Amino acid sequence: MAFTTMVGARIRRREDPRLITGRATYVDDVRQVNTCYAAFVRSPHGHAKITSIDVAAAKADPHVAGVWTGDDIHHAHNLKSSLPVAHKMGALGLKTPPHYILALDEVRFVGEAVAVVIADSPYTARDAAEKIVVEYEQLGVVVDPLKAEAGPPFVHEELGTNVAFSMPFKAGDPDAAFAAADVTIKQRIVNQRVAPVPIEPRSMVANWDTGGQQLTIYSATQIPHLLRTQLAVVLQLPENKIRVIAPEVGGGFGAKLNVYAEEALISWVAMQLGRPVKYIETRSECFQAMIHGRDQIDDIEVAATKDGTITALRLKITANLGAYHQLLTPVIPTLTLLMAHGCYRFENIEAEVVGVFTNTMSTDAYRGAGRPEATFFIERAIDMVALKLGLDPVAVRRKNFIANASFPHTTATGLTYDSGDYETTMDKALKAVDYDGLRKQQADLRKQGRFLGIGVSTYVEVCGMGPSAAMPAAGWDSATIRVEPTGSITVLTGVSPHGQGEETTFAQIVADELGVPIDNVTVVHGDTDRVQYGVGTFGSRGTAVGGSALKLAIETIQAKAVKIAAHQWEANPDDVEYKDGKIGVKGDPSKSMTTPEAGFLAFMGDNLPPGLEPGLDATRRFEPPNFVFPFGTHVCVVEVDAQTGEIKIVKYLAVDDCGRLLNPMIVEGQVHGGIAQGLSQALFEEVIYDDNGQLLTGTLMDYAIPHAEQVPHYELDHTVTGTTVNPLGIKGIGEAGTIGSTPAVANAVIDALAPFGVVHIDMPLRPEKLWLAMQPKNGSTK
Amino acid sequence: MQIDLTVNGKRTSLDVEPRLLLAHALRDSLNLTGTHIGCDTSSCGACTVLLDGVSVKSCTVFAVQASGHEVTTIEGIGTADSLHPMQEAFWTAHGLQCGYCTTGMIVSAVDLLQRNADPSDDEIRAGLEGNLCRCTGYENIVKAVRAAGKAMRDHTERHSVNDLMPMHPPAEEPPPSGEGIIPPFLQEAHT
Amino acid sequence: MIPATFDYVRATSVDDAIRLLGEHGDDAKLLAGGHSLIPMMKLRLAAPAVLIDIGGIPQLDAIDASGGRITIGALAKHAALAASDALKKSAPALWDAANDLGDPQVRNRGTIGGASAHGDPSADYPAVLQALDATFTLTGKNGTRDLKASDFFQGMFETALGAKEVLTKIAFDAAPKSAYVKFHHPASHYAVVGVAAVLTMSGGTIESARIAVTGIGDSAFRASGVESALKGVKPGDADALKAACAGVARSVTARADTFASAAYRTAMADVFAARAVAKAASR
Repeated sequence: MAFTTMVGARIRRREDPRLITGRATYVDDVRQVNTCYAAFVRSPHGHAKITSIDVAAAKADPHVAGVWTGDDIHHAHNLKSSLPVAHKMGALGLKTPPHYILALDEVRFVGEAVAVVIADSPYTARDAAEKIVVEYEQLGVVVDPLKAEAGPPFVHEELGTNVAFSMPFKAGDPDAAFAAADVTIKQRIVNQRVAPVPIEPRSMVANWDTGGQQLTIYSATQIPHLLRTQLAVVLQLPENKIRVIAPEVGGGFGAKLNVYAEEALISWVAMQLGRPVKYIETRSECFQAMIHGRDQIDDIEVAATKDGTITALRLKITANLGAYHQLLTPVIPTLTLLMAHGCYRFENIEAEVVGVFTNTMSTDAYRGAGRPEATFFIERAIDMVALKLGLDPVAVRRKNFIANASFPHTTATGLTYDSGDYETTMDKALKAVDYDGLRKQQADLRKQGRFLGIGVSTYVEVCGMGPSAAMPAAGWDSATIRVEPTGSITVLTGVSPHGQGEETTFAQIVADELGVPIDNVTVVHGDTDRVQYGVGTFGSRGTAVGGSALKLAIETIQAKAVKIAAHQWEANPDDVEYKDGKIGVKGDPSKSMTTPEAGFLAFMGDNLPPGLEPGLDATRRFEPPNFVFPFGTHVCVVEVDAQTGEIKIVKYLAVDDCGRLLNPMIVEGQVHGGIAQGLSQALFEEVIYDDNGQLLTGTLMDYAIPHAEQVPHYELDHTVTGTTVNPLGIKGIGEAGTIGSTPAVANAVIDALAPFGVVHIDMPLRPEKLWLAMQPKNGSTK
Repeated sequence: MQIDLTVNGKRTSLDVEPRLLLAHALRDSLNLTGTHIGCDTSSCGACTVLLDGVSVKSCTVFAVQASGHEVTTIEGIGTADSLHPMQEAFWTAHGLQCGYCTTGMIVSAVDLLQRNADPSDDEIRAGLEGNLCRCTGYENIVKAVRAAGKAMRDHTERHSVNDLMPMHPPAEEPPPSGEGIIPPFLQEAHT
Repeated sequence: MIPATFDYVRATSVDDAIRLLGEHGDDAKLLAGGHSLIPMMKLRLAAPAVLIDIGGIPQLDAIDASGGRITIGALAKHAALAASDALKKSAPALWDAANDLGDPQVRNRGTIGGASAHGDPSADYPAVLQALDATFTLTGKNGTRDLKASDFFQGMFETALGAKEVLTKIAFDAAPKSAYVKFHHPASHYAVVGVAAVLTMSGGTIESARIAVTGIGDSAFRASGVESALKGVKPGDADALKAACAGVARSVTARADTFASAAYRTAMADVFAARAVAKAASR
């Protein structure tokens, strides 16, 4: 065990001084001489044929450097590559219609890019874009995934269907379990479409070095290397001639885990013009053309015995994919199926996952990405079973938990949960909120006509993505450590943090293990010309996978430093070891060497053991042998105003278990933000298209993300259950809050309305829906 | 047209189009890129600056309207070497993650304490309703503003906020090492 | 995000503004705080050829809330109204609205005149100023004219302000027993429903009431039926209060959006009317 002072401490973040003083460099802050600016013309229609585009007036504008349409790019320049979709679903016959970087002949969702204008300022670019006249012939629109599944109109006429894939699944004997059940419940649960809304919208600036024939693109991305690889394919460029830089990135939440048409197009345009080209989307464009999240209809049936034991689940997941696949679009709903068990041990499942195209923006990974949907329906199902049987929902959870003794536990859907202790975590939460006291208070208040609701959610999620064999693309990640000649230590990480704080946590690990002051450690990320290939930051993998690669690199450095020290001391290398961050000889306290000293000897190169290469650096990659499965219990207490249906959150408490905590302050921050996002899905957020495919929630005046007054104070606690999946013993925490909170809030609100006979209400839980449910005539379930 | 404004205490003249938004003037004409833009409906508050000492959304002010007036941006609030107590408090309380909303949030929080030196948590939340953050869930932002308020009330000098933040006793952070960038053994080797 | 081009001129006085309006014709718009107009220009929903900036006209932001008749200059900022202790005592309904409107940055910049002249059907002031029975002073090249608030607000984004006129002043009698309550839209902070109540009381009983509602229809409106029904009601009697406020928005065709249906808006108007009356009575 390493000597520890920094790991586990609440170290203030090393990224922060530049961020709090306004001296950080986001993409829009990148200044390059001779930059020109892009503005887009986007489709105002959900589905239409482009009959003509008149760009003459825009081209004649003296401020304009160029105008391009889909026709220009794909026909005149013959760039026909489709945008990438990463999947291993070929055996399912996944349909992958072409997705060009500018619409070609037809538009399939409101906001699809039709033409791009490049001008000498963002202002003149917008002016010129307004001069472009596009004529359309409207085609049939479908936005409802169930209608789309049933038949025409087709989003892609040539497919003759809107169904992109259908995946059946069966485990155990669900029919027998249903036949033997004491009770069953059946419910359609809509997991509504939401918008990620990072406060920094999509941003990019590309430049083509005509001398060096190299493309450099700064992009607000979570995956600089994967973006580089995909740009090489789409633009037909050698990958070693592309440099992707993710400078400061203003939030991602999965939405920047993608390869966008605009990224490819702006790169291509920069190559045509030989000038830097910048594109910063507006928030309105972001609502239209950044991926959306969720949007599943989950039809569930649950079988249970009268003691509350769940025996089987039937499930149909209808996933609204949008008009095209983005990078991971079809994969997301398959993750929902994988996690359909939650933390419960039933083994009989029959399921079908159907992905359908509609005339909407693509859905893709949004914080949780497929797992929140599973947690939501299973946690709602537990409450519905409890309601039906007159049992306490906590008792039903306890009855069905996977027992501690059965870890590692292989589920019917084929995952192996590494470790868990669900009951301890739940008990800690229940004690902290005084669950029994809350139930008494609820009963008392009901007598006064006040409606308190208590919601519990016990989640488990799959993250630390992941074993390469189970990922759509590579699942490993990388780290390089360089001990520089003058003793400072450079870490190059393949992950690409954008708020998660790994510049700090990784430096904490290095400081402890290599015995150097944290200020002498610099963590570099997000530049494909500086950092070895890495997969990126998503799926709560940054520290679990990237941090593990770092740990391996530390071990390699230590092993070499030990050899160097042993040679100096003419000691047997087997007797030399790292202790408390320093190199020493076992049993001989007089001998001590620091890592920088060993590094300096390695640099000088004149006194090294025979055969040992000079230099003290190492690059290692970590291939996760499994996912990790953090878990926890969230409890939400609400009061619903009977007159208006407005919700007040009275209490929110979360007890999470993400294994070892490297920096508790950062872990708590991730949980806070996750809770807010999940809570916000439960209460406020919904992307709404009308039947014509018009986006009705296209600005922050219509689409609510919460401000400080709309969220409560969160109380946090944790338990620590180790894992052997990675050498750090950690599980990811980036998405857990989002996954745990949505059902806790919904269960609380629906519990509050139990006296009105309410069994389920779909999100978002707008006051009007609750008010309606509380009206005498509408008191039954929906 | 010609405009004259005082930005972070410095008088400056610019030749601008009337339609140029103050946010763009600050960012693009004056290279003060700490003022961020996060929306197009005056909703998010990332672009918040002080105009004649009070918080405004610089995306909803034309630069020409600011002519003859004083603007303070995040760059004028404090620097890494001389942090404003509010900046120090955001750092210590982990009141930020991606940092994009942070600069506007800090400027708004500074304005909030001008109006109310000792706000309750509810007043802090209400006072920040013009600023959206998607990362933090606001919990640590509220903590930061509370701590900064206490620091500013109790102490006139800066750099005192760390002593006052109950959620982050300084003892938990290991003291900075006395070592410089170049380790002593190397300095010796060179002398 | 980027407005269309326009010419910009600063008016130094009301007369100067009127002269400039005459000079530039119908393509000109007045710019005060800009917090109604600039957002529309950024989305290119408005593209005036000329902006006449009246924001710097001296003395037009004066607030006199000390006597029985309260006068407020059109350029008074929301934040100034929200910070006025005199207004809090003399016309708390307006103080409520000024405190609850937009957010701090918007309040620091937006003006009562600009917000009123915009005529937004979900804005707060149109209800408050109708309940206060305020008088709007409009100045044009032929002098000034006074209009009652109920005549000033004419429809969705429509007011009686002429294209060549400047709204200079809003005045009303002190109304210490008044309140404004609002159901916030979670995204825009505008009123899904907002109700202003101005009462005169005798002992614990309502002598007279003026009730105005915003957020429901095309424009804020006075609810005369409820005003009559409230006479003689003791606001402490919740059932009587509820009965008197029932159907406060019955006469209006309610709007619907993605947050609230027409029926819900109409029902919430009853709830918020009762809350506004109770709050006003408690002052």
